[in-house]
Amino acid sequence: MHALEKILAKASGQREVRPGDIVTVAVDVAGINDLYLQVLQSFREIGTPRVWDPSKVVFFLDHYAPAPTIKSAANQKEMREFAESQGIGGVFDVNTGVCHQVLMEAGLSRPGSVVVITDSHTTTHGALGAFGTGVGATDLAAILATGKTWMLVPEVLAFRIEGTLPHGVTAKDVILHIIGKLGADVATYKAVEYLGETVQAMPLSERMVLCNMAVEMGAKTAYIQPDTAVLEYVRSRAGEFEVFETDAGYRYAAEYIFDVGNLEPQVAIPHSIDNVVPVKAGGRKRIHQGLIGTCTGGRLEDIAVAASILAGKKVAPGTRLLIIPASTEVLMQAIDKGYIQTLLAAGATLSTPGCGPCLGTHLGVLAPGEACVTASSRNFPGRMGSTEAEVYVASPATVAASALAGYLCDPREWLSSTTFGEVKENGWDS
Amino acid sequence: MAGIVKGYVLRVGNNIDTDQIYPGRYLELTDPQEIGKHAMEGVDPFFLRRLKHPGILVGGKNFGCGSSREHAVITLIHAGFKAVIADSFARIFYRNAINLGLPAIICPGIAQQVEDGTYMEIDLYDGLIRIPGSDTEITVAKMPPYVMAILEKGGLVSYLRSASRIEK
Ligand code: SF4
Repeated sequence: MHALEKILAKASGQREVRPGDIVTVAVDVAGINDLYLQVLQSFREIGTPRVWDPSKVVFFLDHYAPAPTIKSAANQKEMREFAESQGIGGVFDVNTGVCHQVLMEAGLSRPGSVVVITDSHTTTHGALGAFGTGVGATDLAAILATGKTWMLVPEVLAFRIEGTLPHGVTAKDVILHIIGKLGADVATYKAVEYLGETVQAMPLSERMVLCNMAVEMGAKTAYIQPDTAVLEYVRSRAGEFEVFETDAGYRYAAEYIFDVGNLEPQVAIPHSIDNVVPVKAGGRKRIHQGLIGTCTGGRLEDIAVAASILAGKKVAPGTRLLIIPASTEVLMQAIDKGYIQTLLAAGATLSTPGCGPCLGTHLGVLAPGEACVTASSRNFPGRMGSTEAEVYVASPATVAASALAGYLCDPREWLSSTTFGEVKENGWDS
Repeated sequence: MAGIVKGYVLRVGNNIDTDQIYPGRYLELTDPQEIGKHAMEGVDPFFLRRLKHPGILVGGKNFGCGSSREHAVITLIHAGFKAVIADSFARIFYRNAINLGLPAIICPGIAQQVEDGTYMEIDLYDGLIRIPGSDTEITVAKMPPYVMAILEKGGLVSYLRSASRIEK
C-alpha cells in the first residue's frame, strides 16, 4: 500500500484499502475559514446540537484579515460566537495568518493524520506527511456533526524530479514547469507524490510549495515522504503522530520523470496556470504590482529572497510591491532578520498576514488594464480583482526582480552579486 | 429531485474555474438569493441575460476548477440551473454539487453536440440525454448509487437528517 492508503486505512478502521474503494474516514483536523459561514448554516440544518469533538475543530479568520466590510465582519463575529458556544478553542483570528501556515506552526498538521479544511490548498499538508484535502461547506458541516467523511481512495501519480536546481530556480519554477507540461487537470481525483533527489534536497518550505500547487493540477491530495528535518520540525511543535511509509514495489497509476538540472525561472501567463513559459520569454511585460505572500509564496524564505534582491535598491517607479507574510510568526522572524526593514526601505508595502489580495477581495486588488506578478497560485480571470487585469504567477525571486525592473524579469539578472536566498549580514542596510 | 431534468442549455468553455463562476469579491454574501444574482459573472457580466429560463449548464473539461467555494454551486442553483453537464469536473466542485443536490453529469464532448438554447432532457436513472425533436440520444455514465441516494434527498443535509444517520 501507499503511505496515503495506509493513512486512510487506519482512519477508516480497515486493514487495507485500494484505489477506487469508498471509505468513511475519521477526521483528525476539521478546519473552517472565514469564507464559509455556510458551514454553520448547514450544520444547524443537519440538526445536531454539538460538534463531535471541539478539540479537533479549528477556525481560521484569514481571507478577510482584518475584516474589510461590515458583512465579512459579521460573518467573522458569528464564527467566533459559534466557536465559543461549542467550546472550540482553536480560533486562529485575524492576527495569525493564512490557514495552512498557521496550522503547521501550531503543530496541528502532522504526519499520518487526516486534515480536512474548507480550502482547496489543503493539499499543502502532504509536505508534512498528512493526508490533506479540501472540501466545501456542506461536507465540512457533516464532519462537524459526525467526525467523519466519505472518500474515494485515490490513485497515486508519481512525479519523480531529478537534477540540482540552478541558481535562482526554485520549487515554484519546478511546479509551474510540471503543470505547464501536463495541464491543469492531469491529477483530477488523484493523489500526487513528489519523489527524487531534487525533492529530497528541498527544505520544508519548498516542499510545501509543491504540495500546495498540486490542487492546480486537480489533485485531491499530495504527498512527500517526510525526512528527518521535517520530522524534527513537527516534533518541535506537535504531540504524537505516526509516520507511514509506502511499501517497496508499490505500483503507481502513472509515473512522470522531470530533469530540472537546466530549468529556467518559469511564469504562468494569463489566464490559466498551465499557460507556462520561461520568464525570459515574457517579453519585458510591464508590471504594475508585485505580490509576495499567500499560502504559496509568503514564507520566511520567500521574504528573504525578496530582501536579498531588493537590498539597497528601489522598486521601479510606477510599480507597487506588496509584502504579506503568510503568518505573524513569519512576520516577526522577518522583522528580526531585518528583511522587512530592507523591503520597506526599497519601497514595498506591508500588509497584515493573511490571504491579502490573492482572491481579489481586499488589500491590493487590481484595476482594469493592470498587470500583477505574484508568488501566489492562481491567475484565473478576475482572481485578483478586475477581469480585465492580468495575473502572472511566478516564484518570489521573479516577483522581486520584476518589481525592481518594472517589467517581468528573470531574477538571475539580479542575483549574480547576491547570495541567493540569503541576505548577507548587514548587507540589506546599505 | 425528479429523475428527469429538463431545460434550455447555456454553454461555456474549458477550465471554467470557480472565480469565473462566482467572483471572489462576492464571497462574503450568505443569502442564497443574493448569491444567485452573480452566477458566471467572471465569464460574462451579462451571462444570466442570455436566456430567460436557463436550465442546464454545459461546460468543457475541468469545470469548476480552483477554490473550494460552495458559493459556486449555490449561485448556479439560485440562478435557475437544474443540472451541469461537462466533459469533466474538478473534484471539489463535483462533490459540492452533489452535496447541494445539483446533478453534475460527466459527458465528454457534450459541448459540441448542443448550443445555447437547445432544449434537453436528462434521465438520471437511465443515464440518457435526449434532445426532443431530434434523434439525438446520448448515453452517459450512470451516477454511482451513493451519489444518487444523496441527490434523491436533495443534498447531503437532508440525506443525513432523513436517514437519521446522526445520533442526536
Ligand atoms: S492565500 Fe490565497 S490560495 Fe492560499 S488560502 Fe488564502 S486565498 Fe487561498
